[in-house]
Parts: sequence; C-alpha cells; structure tokens
Amino acid sequence: MNADERRCFLDKADAVATAAAVKCGKVTATEAVSAALERIAVKDKAFNCFTAITASSALAAAENIDNSIANNQDPGPLAGVPFAVKNLFDIAGITTLAGSKINADNPPATQDAAVVARLKQAGAVLVGTLNMDEYAYGFVTENSHYGPTRNPRDTARIAGGSSGGSAAAVAADFVPFTLGSDTNGSIRVPAALCGVFGFKPTYGRLSRAGAYLFSGSLDCVGPFGRSLRDIALLYDILQGPDSRDPVCTRRPPELCSPQLNQGIEGLRIAVADGYFATGTQPEAMDAVEIVAQALTNVLDCGKNTEKTTNPPKIGGLATVSIPESDRARAAAFIITACEGGNLHLDNLRSRPQDFDPATRDRFLAGTLIPATWYLQAQRFRQWYRDRIREIFQHTDIILAPATPIAAPEIGVEKMVIAGQEILVRPNLGLFTQPLSFIGLPVLCVPVQRPGALPLGVQIIGAPYSEAVILRVAAVLESQGIISAESI
Amino acid sequence: MNADVVWDGLMTNIEEYVDRTAELINLPLDPEHRPGVVVNFERIAAIARLVTEFPLPPEVEVAPVFEP
Repeated sequence: MNADERRCFLDKADAVATAAAVKCGKVTATEAVSAALERIAVKDKAFNCFTAITASSALAAAENIDNSIANNQDPGPLAGVPFAVKNLFDIAGITTLAGSKINADNPPATQDAAVVARLKQAGAVLVGTLNMDEYAYGFVTENSHYGPTRNPRDTARIAGGSSGGSAAAVAADFVPFTLGSDTNGSIRVPAALCGVFGFKPTYGRLSRAGAYLFSGSLDCVGPFGRSLRDIALLYDILQGPDSRDPVCTRRPPELCSPQLNQGIEGLRIAVADGYFATGTQPEAMDAVEIVAQALTNVLDCGKNTEKTTNPPKIGGLATVSIPESDRARAAAFIITACEGGNLHLDNLRSRPQDFDPATRDRFLAGTLIPATWYLQAQRFRQWYRDRIREIFQHTDIILAPATPIAAPEIGVEKMVIAGQEILVRPNLGLFTQPLSFIGLPVLCVPVQRPGALPLGVQIIGAPYSEAVILRVAAVLESQGIISAESI
Repeated sequence: MNADVVWDGLMTNIEEYVDRTAELINLPLDPEHRPGVVVNFERIAAIARLVTEFPLPPEVEVAPVFEP
C-alpha cells in the first residue's frame, strides 16, 4: 500500500485489521497512532468527544511497539491499535475527572485502571480520555463544564450518555474502540443513539478497579466498537479475576472469539413484550422486528415451520413477558439515587455550587432517601432476578429496543411519544434500566436506516452467556442487518 | 390512620421532610437549590411508591454477602 492507501485503510479499519496490519508490517504502530491523533485534531471540535489527548505518551508507546516488532517480539493481539476511554478511568499521570469540575482539583492517578492496563498489555495505545455526563448521572452527555458531546450522525443531536464521548469517538471513526461504563444504560444508550456496538457484560464480569464509581450495586464497564470481532476480542482480553475489585467475579474467563461463528442453531430467542414494547416511537420497535425477522429466517432455514400468529409473535419470534419491569426500573432508580448521593455527600455539603446543575439537585435529593426505600429496592432485586432466572430456563436470548426514540436534539427536555408528553432525559433509559438492575449481560447492536438516524436493539442473555449473545450478533452482522457504518 | 391518608400527608409535607432531613444529616441547602431538591425528591417519592407498594415475602432478602 502507498501512504494514501495506508491512511485510507487506517481511517476505517477495525482493531483486528489494524493489529494484523501492524504485526505483518503493512503499517507501523506509529502510523496507526499518528493517523488517529490527526483525525482527532482535525475533527473533534465538531463533536467534542475528547477531554484530554495523550499524544506524546501515545507516540512513545507506538514507537516501543514498532521496536518490539523489529526485534521479532509479539506486542499482543491489539498491537498498535489506538483507543480512548471515558474520563472516569484512572490513567497514570492524569487527573480522573469523571466528568466533573470538582475532581479536576485532585492529584493525578498513580496507576492505570485495571481494564486500561490489560488493553495496553495487549499492545493497544491510549490516545486520550472522553467526555461524559458529570459523575455518570445522565443519559445525554450534556456536560455544563466540558460542553455537550455531539452525535457524529447529526451534530445538532445528543450522543447519548453517560458514555457519550466513548460512543461518539467510535461513530466519528476517531478510534476503532473505546471503553465506557454502564449503571442504568450508559453504554447501551449512547451506542444506540450513535449507531455503534456497545457491550455491557454481566455485572462483576469485568474489573472496575480504577474506574470512578457511581452506584456500586449496578456499575459495569465495557467496550464500544465498530465490529463484532473487535467486541469479542476486547471482551476476551478484559476478562479475568481482579482482587482489587471486590465485585469482580472469580469465575474463569470464557473466551468468545473462538465461538463467534458457531451460529444460532437450536437457540431459543424471544422478543420482550409488555413494558419493553410500549411507549416507543414506532421505528424503535421496527428495529427490533428487523432483527427478530432476520433471526427467524436463519432459525427456520430448512424447516417447514408453520407460520402462525398464535401464540403472538414479533418478527416471527415468540414473545416473552418480564413481569413488574416498571417496578424494576423504579428500584434501580432508588438504588442509584441513594448510592450516588451518599458517594458525593461530602462535596454536596461543602461545594454544591461546583456540581453540574443537571446532576446537583438529583444528588442532593438522593441523600435524603429513607433507608427502608433503599432496602426494599434491594430486596425487590432478588424477586425480579428470580423471575428472570425462571424465564431463562426456557429462553436463551431476549430482544428489546435500546431506547424509545432515536437521538433527540441537544437541549430538548420534553417529547411526545406514543401520544404522551414525557421528559426525554430519564426516559432514554426506559428499556435499559430494568436489565442492568439485575446485572444481565446485554449487547446493544446498531440498526442503520438510510437517510435517518440509527437505532439500537438490545440482545440480552442469561448471566455469563456473553458468548451466546455475541454468536447471535455475529449472524446478524454477517447478513448486514446490523452495522456500525451509516448508510 | 389508613395508608392512603398517611401517604397524602407525606406528599404535602415533602418540603418539610426535605428541610428536616437535610438538617438532620448536616446538609446545608442553598435557597437557590432547594426548589430543585424538593421537585426531585417528589419525583423520587412517587417512583419509590412503585417499589414499596409491592408485597415481598420475608424470605426475600438483600443479596450481598459481606466477606470479613
């Protein structure tokens, strides 16, 4: 490839392709990282994804990788791949902002967050940190200190949140992958609104050590990417016990990449009805139907399946009812408000004026919640988890919309959906919140629409069934039903 | 008193609850922030009702097992 061809390749290549090209000498790690830094320098003003760029350390790391390769050493499966992370992850030498002005006063972190360290060990090169809603308390990434992050698909619109910078940086082709966090939907909502892949694994599956917490009962970390094979590779690299995170599972890793193309024969897949099929713009359920129909066609292939509408079906798949999901969302809300308020209580007492106005009064109110409400919500969590466990006895995968609407315009507070005027911000998490409440693994997959904004579909599995989720998504990707490329 | 009357009483006393509880936990409320806090607590209270009105048998307990 000549220089222009290499640049074109690097602008669009996913992590797997980039690392392969670096390792076989088609491009250097320095080229790959420089190209990313240049894309960011030229175009990030339009989107405001980044709050810090780590150019000199990135170029030094890239040079080390090129030297390793020159010495016939293997730098790892992500050799030379540029990446960025939500600014709540500790990066040695950088102050962890967590989207706030208050944390900017803190000294720099002394070591990388666990997941960042694992990615660097695999040869990936950190190029910067990404914008988010303050202290992760939002679904929009409209940050009063650092500005809103704009959706690369339409810059008048939000990128979603709280990991808005992470989703937008992938959608804008700045880097092939990023890291974010998800408490009630903060990976899945921005992935859906920006039209990229976003993965929230099982609660406790990935180490949160060195990630600034929000609600310890619910917080997860996970990757954004532009291809399934990247998501699978990243997830495989990031798995593994970590004594620094008390919630991190000691369950041994289960590698997904080797299983990715095993297909979906025999899988029992259903579409969530009731709560998860109500209160959406029609296109949100259309996206679910498109995914469901594609899977039906694969599952039915070669069989003489009688087409019947009894029992009810969506896109040819049976439906499943997850009871009391409105209460699940309410309970997740109470737990979040309580734990978040408690975490920030000292600063809420001494410097409330330094909080983002969008989070401050919510955090303040959360500090006042009676203990019995919080405990009841935690008890209800067992009840709801037991109902879901029963459902997963006879179902392997559940589909649901990621958000009720495509990306709204920045600053919009209310919308009319299904004939009702609702507040936009809290309702973006309508369908994500009940699922993270009980720690289920969920992959948000992008459904692109010609001349219109993308939408996301949640592929939901039983705890620790990430490999099954990714296999289902791989089938959809191979058919072009889901893709991070806009059309 | 039946539960409905108690509930209605609480809803009209949210402002007082916010003021008294903030005082109890030594949380000074800036007069500029107080209306937003009251509105948000009203929202929380309405949402909490969805949880608290759902009967749970006593054997359904909070999950985490503390490891000493």
